[in-house]
Amino acid sequence: MTQPIREATAPHPGTEVNEEAVTGIAKRDSRLSSANLYIAFIALLIGGTAGLLQGFVRSGFIELPSWISYYALLTAHGVLLVLVLSSFFSIGYLYAGTSRVLGGLTDKTLVFGWTGFGLMAAGTAIASFFILSGDANVLYTFYVPMQAHPWFYVGLAMIVVGILSNCVGMFVTYQSWRKRNPGQLTPLFAFFSNAVFVLWVFASLFIAVFVVGMVIPWAFGWVPTIDPMIGRTLFWAFGHTLVNIWMLTAISAWYVSMPKIIGGKVFSDSLARVAVVILVVANVPGGFHHQILDPGLSTELKFLHVIQTFMIIFPSLMTAFAMLATMERTGRSKGVTSLLGWWKTLPWSDARFFAIIVAMFAFIPAGLGGIINASNQVNQVVHNSMWVTGHLHLTVGTTVVLTFFGVSYWLVPYLSGRKLTRSLNKLAILQTLIWAAGMLLMSGAMHINGLLGSPRRTADTSYGGHSAAADWALYETLMAVGGMILFVGILLIMYIWIRLAFFAPKGTTEFPIGEDYREKDRSPLFMDRWSIWVALSVISIAIAYVIPLINFATGHSPGSPPFLMP
Amino acid sequence: MHIHRYEKLWLIIGTLILVVFLSVLAVQTFFLEMGPPSHAETMDPESVRDSEMFADAELTEIGDNEYEIAMIAEMFTFQPGDLEIPAGATVHFTLASPDVTHGFKISDTNVNVMVVPGHISKISHTFNEPGEYLILCNEYCGLGHEYMANTITVY
Repeated sequence: MTQPIREATAPHPGTEVNEEAVTGIAKRDSRLSSANLYIAFIALLIGGTAGLLQGFVRSGFIELPSWISYYALLTAHGVLLVLVLSSFFSIGYLYAGTSRVLGGLTDKTLVFGWTGFGLMAAGTAIASFFILSGDANVLYTFYVPMQAHPWFYVGLAMIVVGILSNCVGMFVTYQSWRKRNPGQLTPLFAFFSNAVFVLWVFASLFIAVFVVGMVIPWAFGWVPTIDPMIGRTLFWAFGHTLVNIWMLTAISAWYVSMPKIIGGKVFSDSLARVAVVILVVANVPGGFHHQILDPGLSTELKFLHVIQTFMIIFPSLMTAFAMLATMERTGRSKGVTSLLGWWKTLPWSDARFFAIIVAMFAFIPAGLGGIINASNQVNQVVHNSMWVTGHLHLTVGTTVVLTFFGVSYWLVPYLSGRKLTRSLNKLAILQTLIWAAGMLLMSGAMHINGLLGSPRRTADTSYGGHSAAADWALYETLMAVGGMILFVGILLIMYIWIRLAFFAPKGTTEFPIGEDYREKDRSPLFMDRWSIWVALSVISIAIAYVIPLINFATGHSPGSPPFLMP
Repeated sequence: MHIHRYEKLWLIIGTLILVVFLSVLAVQTFFLEMGPPSHAETMDPESVRDSEMFADAELTEIGDNEYEIAMIAEMFTFQPGDLEIPAGATVHFTLASPDVTHGFKISDTNVNVMVVPGHISKISHTFNEPGEYLILCNEYCGLGHEYMANTITVY
């Protein structure tokens, strides 16, 4: 049997074959990563099923039985996919890759990793139980003063504390490697990992203060009121940071693994690290563009937040350049001389590459949509419309998730000691095509529907047959059809994952890690001094948050009593 | 650190486009009064229904074809119900919520603002085209969210 992997990584002139690359990682490290991936894929199946049913309800294909509401499904869809799937997958993938490039995780890291996993898994189970039993119809943003069952929040808090434990675990291995290798730059993959977990710390602190410090005491009735504006602000400081946690996790595969898969090298180690650092430093204030239409924030303050959000565009431009440059250089090194001939030499039949490059294509409209959403008064046109849902499905639903699927095609067999067979590779290509087609249809229909005025997050948009709502029905149907195609994609990826994790032929799979092109592109050593980047991040957070939070806290906003959902 | 000359060019062009774009947004916001609704005033949500501003509020003409109205956004309706105004009328909406967070969106217009309990929101619009406009809540507010809608008839 021929393996697609070997074709894709055919020795490249000037590349030394790194024996380490094909030896795998310690069993104890791979067990932790595998456990995280199990939960990620189960969350994908349940969250995806909820999404399918939502499409059916909105378009009027079905009516739900009385024991479950549309909003319970919507809450499950959001929590399981944007929080549970993304965090468990990121942790499983980044821990495995870090173990691979740093020569194993330390004992302490494994303790923190398993503790975090246990807390997150238990928290997910508790939160899911209260969502599906109908006691937490508050959606994944759980805007107060809507109130869910108190234990729903305890579940969420456990997930967050579990994530923080995983952060500590990652920092321990990273710093211990640096101590053991003085004067050496950390491998690029480990740098990405560390950046993701630094962002997790920022995100988690905001949400922990909110959930543990404000919501839980209020939900148990220990304090009578809560401030909804402080809640929204703390939530989005977390929520938007989460977005770039997924993105940074996804682009780590673009920067580090993609070059190796196509038989090339990393375009520039130093520019990759600069992009990472800007993403970390500029990130958190981006949360405010979710609040452009909120009262209580002045026009000037909102404009400052818009500028801060726009900072995130710069590293995306760098990424776009670096990806295409990597591909072109690889083609040139194989002897291509024509202007665009290198495009044809890319390994299109390798599912690992194909899923990732389709994800990259999705990022073009996703990124442009993001700029529109963040553009101050332009936000007024699309805010809380289906457009935003379409945007989210292009960013996390396509760019990030397809990259995660692409990563799975090497990560899962790497961890299980199996191989991606030729037929599974073909199925994986098919999966990518199905996903792209489903998303193109669903997200496209969502974008148009949003521009026509259809609101997001609602079970029904008929509004008593009002003429303004008449144009929406067609697009609601297209969304449901797109959802059906995507559900087929979910069943297919579940099948591929189960084969790769438990049944595919035994063998050695490589975790592709790209090397540098040239010594002069290496980063200066100070890039590894995270104290600098953390300090700069704190300054950027302070610029954005100090004034609004002080205004809200001292603004005589009297606070809200709870409103139970349902 | 080495930056390829094409990459420099790409980043410079990209940055310039962003600067131009932000400048347009800034001019519209600060000189043409097109900024997003940003009223800052607090109010106890539990006092909204009985307050002088919101209790028994109705459409009031305050100038030449210029109106104001204080509306309560609550689960699951907008008080005081459907409105009627002449074409070309400018309406200043003042909104507050006595319960949870709502959204205030008028179809086929850019009227779109969050109504967060504890704060008063304001937004204005001139209705030039006659027709029946749909006012809907575009922030999930509970199990009857999809029924939260009223109309404005422009005659």
